Amino acid sequence: MTAATVGENVVAEPRGATRGRAVWLISGLSVALVVLALVSAGVGQLPLTPLEVLHALLRPLGIEVGTPSTQPNAEAALWTIRFPRVAMSILVGAALATAGLLMQAVFGNPLAEPAVVGVSSGAALGAAASIVLGWTAFGGWMTAAAAFAMGLVTTLLVYAASRSNGRTEVVTLVLTGIAVNAVAQAGLALFVFLGDTQSREEIVFWQLGSLNGSMWRDVAIVLPVLLVAAVLAGVLAPKLDLLSLGERSARHLGVNVEALRAGTIVIVALLVSVAVAFTGIIGFVGIVIPHLMRMILGPAHRPLLIASLLGGAVLLTAADLGARTIVPYADLPIGMLTALVGGPFFFWLLRRTRAKAGGWG
Amino acid sequence: MSTDATTAAAGIMTTAAVDARGVTLTIDGRTILDDVDFRAERGRVHALIGPNGAGKSTLLAALAGDQRVTAGRIEVAGRALHDYRLRDLARIRAVLPQEHGVFFPFTVGQVIEMGRSPWARTEHEARDDAIVAQAAEAADVSHLLHRSVPTLSGGERGRAAFARVLAQTTGVLLLDEPTAALDIRHQEAVLATARERADAGDAIVVVLHDLGAAAAYADDVTLLAGGRVVATGGVDDVMTAALLTEIYGHPIDVLPGPIVLPRRTPRGTHR
Repeated sequence: MTAATVGENVVAEPRGATRGRAVWLISGLSVALVVLALVSAGVGQLPLTPLEVLHALLRPLGIEVGTPSTQPNAEAALWTIRFPRVAMSILVGAALATAGLLMQAVFGNPLAEPAVVGVSSGAALGAAASIVLGWTAFGGWMTAAAAFAMGLVTTLLVYAASRSNGRTEVVTLVLTGIAVNAVAQAGLALFVFLGDTQSREEIVFWQLGSLNGSMWRDVAIVLPVLLVAAVLAGVLAPKLDLLSLGERSARHLGVNVEALRAGTIVIVALLVSVAVAFTGIIGFVGIVIPHLMRMILGPAHRPLLIASLLGGAVLLTAADLGARTIVPYADLPIGMLTALVGGPFFFWLLRRTRAKAGGWG
Repeated sequence: MSTDATTAAAGIMTTAAVDARGVTLTIDGRTILDDVDFRAERGRVHALIGPNGAGKSTLLAALAGDQRVTAGRIEVAGRALHDYRLRDLARIRAVLPQEHGVFFPFTVGQVIEMGRSPWARTEHEARDDAIVAQAAEAADVSHLLHRSVPTLSGGERGRAAFARVLAQTTGVLLLDEPTAALDIRHQEAVLATARERADAGDAIVVVLHDLGAAAAYADDVTLLAGGRVVATGGVDDVMTAALLTEIYGHPIDVLPGPIVLPRRTPRGTHR
């Protein structure tokens, strides 16, 4: 059949090309992540080579690779301080990039990001409340738990408030997010005003975002959440592709749009909340990474998800390395660094999107 | 294919493809659809015509399941619309909306493939590539398969959406103004394709503004005005000069063919 032959030549070829590009990109990002992680773990007051780091990393598994360090405390320093920090940078970066990708898919807008629906502000409010009001039921854990709870509550609130007639209009959702953000920011300002000097400092430090002080118990929470979220997102990815046609068309193709939207939003809330709860507000990862990956791979969500997970991890690991090395003996707030790069990027994206008539046609 | 879809597909053989009875829709006290009866048979093209605000697109949205109705019953292939699982429904009827935008830069090829998604993980999946190619050919977008949809013109986007709907290979097609934004060659091509699908046994429901096209391509016509069915039946019964002139509020001639023409004042003869 002539038509079939045309199809094989024309449709199959770009699909193959994209797949090839995805394989290259994902392999490249994986290699970059491993190298960056090894370098990052070696940097600090006790400098170690990547090979020494590798040795310390794999020795407990009974694998003798790399070179053993001559420093007596090297392995202890790596396992108690640096490895959990690097692990958190990988996990939080992956979580934020994935959350951004999913949010953009749900809004059908490449400029949407988790902060738009108020998750970050909501989580911030929860954390600030626990700091200022001195909720210490579970010790230091309380701040994280409060951030988590409020992030989820805020997202569900925004979702419920923007529903009407059994549907969720995107514009209503975004505008509700703006209103919720405003209230949360006001609450945050109130807590900064009410707090004593020490809690103010805590809030400010936490608002800037930092991976300093990451511990294995943090990793033990973020890792399972990220794994579950990533698997669920992978299952939803083909449906998110259909959602790009608009809600009605997606429904005509058999997608339960309301369930997809609700499920995706809960996943986003979980990812952002755990990230924010342990490392504070780290912005723009969720917008920069998915956009870059989309430019390379195109908009199909499954390859984009894998690339964004890795890309977010690479970006935040690199940013954390920068935070610890740009100014000697100082640990810069990582949220400041990502905003410094992400802010202009967002602006460029905004200009570029506006330049295209109508935006997303 | 699930049992539900098989039963429904069998239902298509014996009952009307789409059967709406007493469909009424009231929004904020305004009656958009008023006791509308509508029946689309398989093997026929059924055109929905009427002036602006008559409720054509709303009726189509109700038939598609997008719009909940205040009263009335809608059946697709002999089964109430709301009893269907969305995926089973997607294997029975496809909908071409008025809006053809795609939020992210998917290529035309990817968009047409999305039309195959209701058939994922079925034995029909094996024919995906061939069906996508055929659909692209029929909608004349084979040369645009690599192009991303947001870079296309309105008409090209419309054809890509039409190809996606064709690729869904359903027995019922609901088309909302499929010829809008198309040049005359593609208008005729789209309607001819719809005609072919009807001749092959599918039921086509199409909202049309072009009365001439409706007269030329449809078997049945339903004329709506103010949310009510003014007339329904064969082209010759419904599309009469007197009725169209009255409903559209503009003198309209119907010549044998039938050819439908609005009466126009030739240039230079304005009073």
